[in-house]
Amino acid sequence: MSEYTAQDYKKGQPRWCPGCGDHFFLASLHKAMAEIGVAPEDTAVISGIGCSSRLPHYMATYGMNTIHGRAAAIATGCKVSNPKLAVWQISGDGDGLAIGGNHFIHANRRNIDLNMILLNNRIYGLTKGQYSPTSPRGFVSKSSPYGTVEDPFRPAELCFGARGHFFARCVASDAKGTVEVLKQAYAHKGASVTEVLQNCVIFNDGTHESVYTNEGRRKNAIYLEHGKPMIFGENNEFGLVQEGFGLKVVRIGENGITEKDILVHDAHCEDNTLQLKLAMMEGPDFPIALGVIRDVPAPTYDEAVNSQIEEIKAKKPYHNFAELLETNDIWEVK
Amino acid sequence: MAEKLEVKELDQVAVRFSGDSGDGMQLAGNIFSTISATVGNSISTFPDYPADIRAPQGSLTGVSGFQVHIGAETVYTPGDQCDVLVAMNAAALKTQYKYAKPNGAIIIDTDSFKEKDLEKAQFKTSDPLKEMGIDPDRVIACPISQMVKDCLKDTGMDTKAILKCRNMFALGLVCYLFDRDLDIAFNFLKEKFSKKPGVAEANIKVIQAGYDYGANTHSSVANVYRIESKTKVPGRYMDITGNKATAYGLIAAAEKAGLRLYLGSYPITPATDILHELSKHKSLGVTTVQCEDEIAGCASAIGASFAGALACTSTSGPGICLKSEAMNLAVILELPLVVIDVQRGGPATGLPTKSEQTDLLQVLYGRNGESPMPVIAATSPTDCFDAAYQASKIALEHMTPVVLMTDAYIANGSAAFKLPELDKLDAINPPYVPEEMKGTWTPYKRDEKTGSRYWAVPGRKGFAHILGGLEKDNATGAISTNPENHDLMCRLRAQKIEKIQVPDVEVLGDKDDAELLIVGFGGTYGHLHAAMDEMRAQGKKVALAHFKFINPLPKNTAEVMKKYKKVIVAEQNLGQFAGYLRMKVDGFVPYQFNQVKGQPFVVKELVEAFNNVYNK
Repeated sequence: MSEYTAQDYKKGQPRWCPGCGDHFFLASLHKAMAEIGVAPEDTAVISGIGCSSRLPHYMATYGMNTIHGRAAAIATGCKVSNPKLAVWQISGDGDGLAIGGNHFIHANRRNIDLNMILLNNRIYGLTKGQYSPTSPRGFVSKSSPYGTVEDPFRPAELCFGARGHFFARCVASDAKGTVEVLKQAYAHKGASVTEVLQNCVIFNDGTHESVYTNEGRRKNAIYLEHGKPMIFGENNEFGLVQEGFGLKVVRIGENGITEKDILVHDAHCEDNTLQLKLAMMEGPDFPIALGVIRDVPAPTYDEAVNSQIEEIKAKKPYHNFAELLETNDIWEVK
Repeated sequence: MAEKLEVKELDQVAVRFSGDSGDGMQLAGNIFSTISATVGNSISTFPDYPADIRAPQGSLTGVSGFQVHIGAETVYTPGDQCDVLVAMNAAALKTQYKYAKPNGAIIIDTDSFKEKDLEKAQFKTSDPLKEMGIDPDRVIACPISQMVKDCLKDTGMDTKAILKCRNMFALGLVCYLFDRDLDIAFNFLKEKFSKKPGVAEANIKVIQAGYDYGANTHSSVANVYRIESKTKVPGRYMDITGNKATAYGLIAAAEKAGLRLYLGSYPITPATDILHELSKHKSLGVTTVQCEDEIAGCASAIGASFAGALACTSTSGPGICLKSEAMNLAVILELPLVVIDVQRGGPATGLPTKSEQTDLLQVLYGRNGESPMPVIAATSPTDCFDAAYQASKIALEHMTPVVLMTDAYIANGSAAFKLPELDKLDAINPPYVPEEMKGTWTPYKRDEKTGSRYWAVPGRKGFAHILGGLEKDNATGAISTNPENHDLMCRLRAQKIEKIQVPDVEVLGDKDDAELLIVGFGGTYGHLHAAMDEMRAQGKKVALAHFKFINPLPKNTAEVMKKYKKVIVAEQNLGQFAGYLRMKVDGFVPYQFNQVKGQPFVVKELVEAFNNVYNK
């Protein structure tokens, strides 16, 4: 049992717009941290720039609200040089995937033990409503009055393409689902990406409408759990099966389909093929996948860097500056 | 700073070409000396043939060598030891290595270091460098045979004929290293092989390929530039390049401060050797992260600094452009950070392997907002140690990013380095937040004397806090857009830097009655000093004020600048330091000597220019 409560991680009065998904997420993060139980002073929350990147200011932990796009790089230096810290990185879709795209992929590739949160509202809110790299093709915004002519990134695809080992998805307004996913993201050693679907009430209201309410999620989402058959629907009447190279939605009880025919979720499977298919599912034909989609253990960068240092310390005969000097060719002037 | 200095640059270079008797080492050496003689160098050569004319190929007795010694002044001997040894095969390395200077560069053809070659040369292991105790950093190892084959594959020549051109590849590479004009070599070959134009053409092609290889791989040799003190101080010495000295200065500072050393970096000529050097010393706990880009190099260092390390990032001018935003973040976070700028020729990619002082205004002012940052410019290869140490000390004690400027010439140049003793170096005491401030401390509370804020490293209970790139309230540390507060914070950050104590600038030479004061900064120290020495030897009254601390400037700067009748600021840019001094010293109008050639100053040219002003 943790000795902390959500209150221990809470600070200040958030200034996001009323109804913004950031409020919901912040409350869930406080709660998840309390349940995880790492002391506030051993926690660092690092963000870039954007609406969601204000988040560290509402944390009673150590933290930095830095510059646009660089949160993952800054968090990397923080974790490598002080591996005892629990490091959380908070970014929006613009911060994390546009200006910070390079750092996002390399943090995943290196598999550094960061809890990377991607608050995805598919819009630039702080600059008042331009399309983001996750806005769908044809999206109309202030900077695309006739619709965008480019395809979006889908965070899971990018994460998997960068050899990511953990990907989860939750909806900001779903406190229970968010807290659960955050706890698993923390428990995963290595880079974890949690995509938080959230609403922007001012510039992109309703962007995740189909799954933003409890009712909507019952109809249009599937909660994935490792080892459990992938069943969903208001009355658990649907399931997912594999057909050819793809997934297919079936109704249980129809055409002789029983629960035994339904695919069982394997988040630990090293091959990410099916996990990617789950992450890419979209309505109306498919449910949107929530929960931990991929969670595969792998050596972490921060541990490897530090264990290499210990290894070399044991091998090399010099351990301080004076001894280092002696490794050179030295002569004496008398 | 030592009074008597000797600057050496290309004025004494010995190159030894060695290989099998049939490898054409003499021809390569002859062409190299011809090129050098044509541009006015003095030459002395020394052929060293094997006693056994028909010794078996690749054997120890079959090695022939040809040493060329070139110099700007008269050269009387072929040089005792060479600065560059070309070893075309394993046997050549084995027998000729003794002729190389302790830090001399070694060029080898890796294609002639196969198992059989090693056997013939009587090596016992498969790693001849290790076996001979040669530092791999000194070795330019390239698959010369293969590259020559590829280069000439469409000529219709047979393999034997093609391989005869290997010597020209080595020559091309050496020409690159010493900036020789290839046209002279081409003309030489055209004349020599006037009856066999095909052979001339093949050789020319291969020389060019060797030259291009050097350029593509940014090859360089240490020791092409040295500053030596003529007055010998007793003690223990080692040879050190500027980049290595920089790395050592950071290591020493981290140990002194009791902190972990972190380097976030991205490879860039001519700064990469700092990354290489620090990456070796994991047994000292040094952490190096080769990042995905320059930005991440600096950003990750800021993360490491926040987490309590002595954090550094190393780069050159183009990298500074990319790091500027993150450097600015460190300014407002008020976190310690050392940014090393090994200057090269610009703008843009410019002259990657050449040296300039053109980043001065960039590091001083190339950021948005009021962004004061201390700047230190190392004055010689060995001074890089002290400059890196001082940069770390200032960063840690004043909670600020600091720029350490060096340049390609002092970074790759080397000198005898008197081994420092850690306990004799200045103490480094970062302003850790005192425990008794718990409960009342806020992130921007300042030490009254230095104006620096306190450092609360994560992990300390009761001091959890949020820093950020948004302006903060001076009292509470919360985000603030209050106009008065912002004005105050800009001033407090500026005052903090102004309060940093730096030593007075020393006036060397005829400090009481000089007619002309020479002023410079950073890596030109050796040349300016030598120019002053020469003018004084001519009976003139000359002094030198050479700056290492650029921001803040030494307290006596204005006094020194105004004391002398004539002042000339000499720098390797179009007048950046002169302009900066004019801004800082009211009514100061110096003469200027500016060169942006990517080459170090030539003492003779300096003396001529200074004499022109002197005699006005």
